[in-house]
Amino acid sequence: MQAQAPMLLVEKAKSTTIAMVGNPNTGKSALFNALTGGNAHVGNWPGVTVEKKEGKFRHGGLTFNVIDLPGTYSLTTHSIDERIARDFILSGNADIVINVVDSTNIERNLYLTVMLLELGIKSVIALNMSDIINREGIRIDTEKMSEMLGGVPIVMVSATKREGINELKDILRDTSSLKHPEFKIPYGDVIETAISKIETAVKKLHIGYDTRFTATKLLEGDIEITETIKNNGGQEVVKVAMREAAQIEESIGYDIETAMVEKRYAFIDKVVRECVKGKSYNTVSLSDRLDNILTNRVAGIPIFAAVMWGAFQLTFSIGGIFADYIDSLFGTLSEIATSWLSSIGVPHLIVSLLTDGIIGGVGTVLVFLPNIIILFLLLAFLEDSGYMARAAFVMDRIMYAVGLPGKSFIPMLIGFGCNVPAVMSARTISSERDRLLTILINPFVSCSARLPIYILFTSIFFPKHQGLVVFSLYALGIIIAVLSAKLFKLIIPSLKGHVSPLVMELPPYRFPTLKSLLAHTWERTSSFIKKAGTIIVAGVTLVWILSNLPAGVKYASEFTYMGKIGSIIAPIMRPAGFGFWQAGVALLFGIVAKETVVGTMGTLLGGEETLSSAIAHLFTPLSAYAFMVMSLLYIPCIATIGTIYRETNSLRWTLFSVLYSILVGWVAAVVIYQTGLLFT
Amino acid sequence: MPLIYAKPGEVLHIRSIGGGRNLSKRLAEMGLYPGSTIKIISNQGGPVIIAVGETRLAIGRGMAAKIFVR
Repeated sequence: MQAQAPMLLVEKAKSTTIAMVGNPNTGKSALFNALTGGNAHVGNWPGVTVEKKEGKFRHGGLTFNVIDLPGTYSLTTHSIDERIARDFILSGNADIVINVVDSTNIERNLYLTVMLLELGIKSVIALNMSDIINREGIRIDTEKMSEMLGGVPIVMVSATKREGINELKDILRDTSSLKHPEFKIPYGDVIETAISKIETAVKKLHIGYDTRFTATKLLEGDIEITETIKNNGGQEVVKVAMREAAQIEESIGYDIETAMVEKRYAFIDKVVRECVKGKSYNTVSLSDRLDNILTNRVAGIPIFAAVMWGAFQLTFSIGGIFADYIDSLFGTLSEIATSWLSSIGVPHLIVSLLTDGIIGGVGTVLVFLPNIIILFLLLAFLEDSGYMARAAFVMDRIMYAVGLPGKSFIPMLIGFGCNVPAVMSARTISSERDRLLTILINPFVSCSARLPIYILFTSIFFPKHQGLVVFSLYALGIIIAVLSAKLFKLIIPSLKGHVSPLVMELPPYRFPTLKSLLAHTWERTSSFIKKAGTIIVAGVTLVWILSNLPAGVKYASEFTYMGKIGSIIAPIMRPAGFGFWQAGVALLFGIVAKETVVGTMGTLLGGEETLSSAIAHLFTPLSAYAFMVMSLLYIPCIATIGTIYRETNSLRWTLFSVLYSILVGWVAAVVIYQTGLLFT
Repeated sequence: MPLIYAKPGEVLHIRSIGGGRNLSKRLAEMGLYPGSTIKIISNQGGPVIIAVGETRLAIGRGMAAKIFVR
């Protein structure tokens, strides 16, 4: 055993970096999981991979680092997502590229393949979804295809069925057999002459990229490559390229980009004709028939509303069954802990911290775990089935009226789960302006962390109409988001302008596998539990400490430091109907994470057991509703604020988002409370 | 005719794409370029759904008005 140790070290040093590249919705994330065994996010809305995801696997004594790049249609950059993918590929940091191709949709996918091959980077093509084409009786001659594509290795895989994964790994292991592909698209005499002229000029510059690739990109007028060449002393080369392009355009009568795209598709057509057999076109698929109903002009929106309403009903009805069990579990746990810790002589103060503080606070949050699991499971189902993209589609008309593209509805939907990935998913929006707008309104979309607050209060004040009341809060969040977008467009000069036109892929409906649904749900749920175990424990501990100091005062009374902090906030909240210090403290600590609002109340009001009666005493149904509205709107949590800053790269917009939401939250709560008073 | 007037089930060819260069390039990369064949899946007043090969694309009406087909 010991003799092997040094060898392992040597192997560790030589790891190979693999970048996974492919169109959106090709199952790239699923293949990433199949390769690395990790449980990365698998979804179905366009551009699911918003983060740079990394994983590792070992095969044949080698270590591979896998980087899953955002889905992209080409190597031209239209959105930030695509820029991330392209920049990484061009940086040369990847030793090998796995080009994931959806073999049920091979023509469109091969466009990116052709671009990658032109770039001259070492690559392997993974023809994914082999199980589906086998079932449909389609045969792909991979040998022939490989030959036509300059000798690039091609493997049939099924990421979901885990087929062909080992073959793919074997090819990656034999990296020496991979070479830079010898591949040329025949662009025809006119363009070829121009390319070789530009190539000769490019060769003198000694830049890192493939010279033919650079020449083609210059001829196409690619903005980034042109800039790079200019910055490397190639002004003359750029001029040559522009002159050539102008000449060609004059002779063919239309723009050169279209001409080159046509040539690429003509080539792809030939490849598909010769290598893919048994494909039937012009069939109306089950997906299309479903779409006739689900995206129907009249029925689409009501169906979507019904789906969301049903999802909330399920979340509460099923989740509620388990909530009581967890509730009594923590009650019992607290009792056992108290008597046991006291019996072994632990000081009373520590016992109080552990039971009132931590078990009380965290227990109050974890009671809502079943609801959250069900919500995540339902969201995962909607995403993986392909329905999410349809939701964006049916909402497009409404969104357009507001001044947002339909695509920005997807971040809103993701926001129901968590605003952090939602803000990041705005990266798929190509217009900077629309993207900023989408980010700024996202915190108003009610995330799952706010759910515990709603459930706690509705179960006390609106037990018969829980689903309806919570639905109204989600709806209010969306309405405020939409109105804010409208307002921003009206008054902020840099956000004015036309909506970028909708072009969106509708992925085929798929019945999600149980495995991917569970993986998906677990990934999100575990981060919720982790949050309960870290940030929320820290939050409630701090609340507990501040509720015990200065020494000698009664625990959780208004004479403690906590009470004093709360008393400063309380008067501001009086017009909204909850002008007492406990509410002020809960809202303050809710900034850390919104679940902490409930956790803090649990700690301050004596844990799960007495919480309900204490709250019923402090609030009225009206002030409870106003408090829920405040919790919904008042400020994004710290994680979301951080993400907004990272994504906008602007302190000004981040600050704007924070201040604006505090103002909106307060105004909304006050308006609701004061209006409500008129009717009671 | 512009794409907005196409009827479901029709198989058409793209003649030209108006609008900015960036946009026509983006469409080209998704398989929509002069000469490519598309099939209309649905056109009910909202975005037009078309089939390009096996891909289903939703195209907003503003955009669809600028795509000429025959």
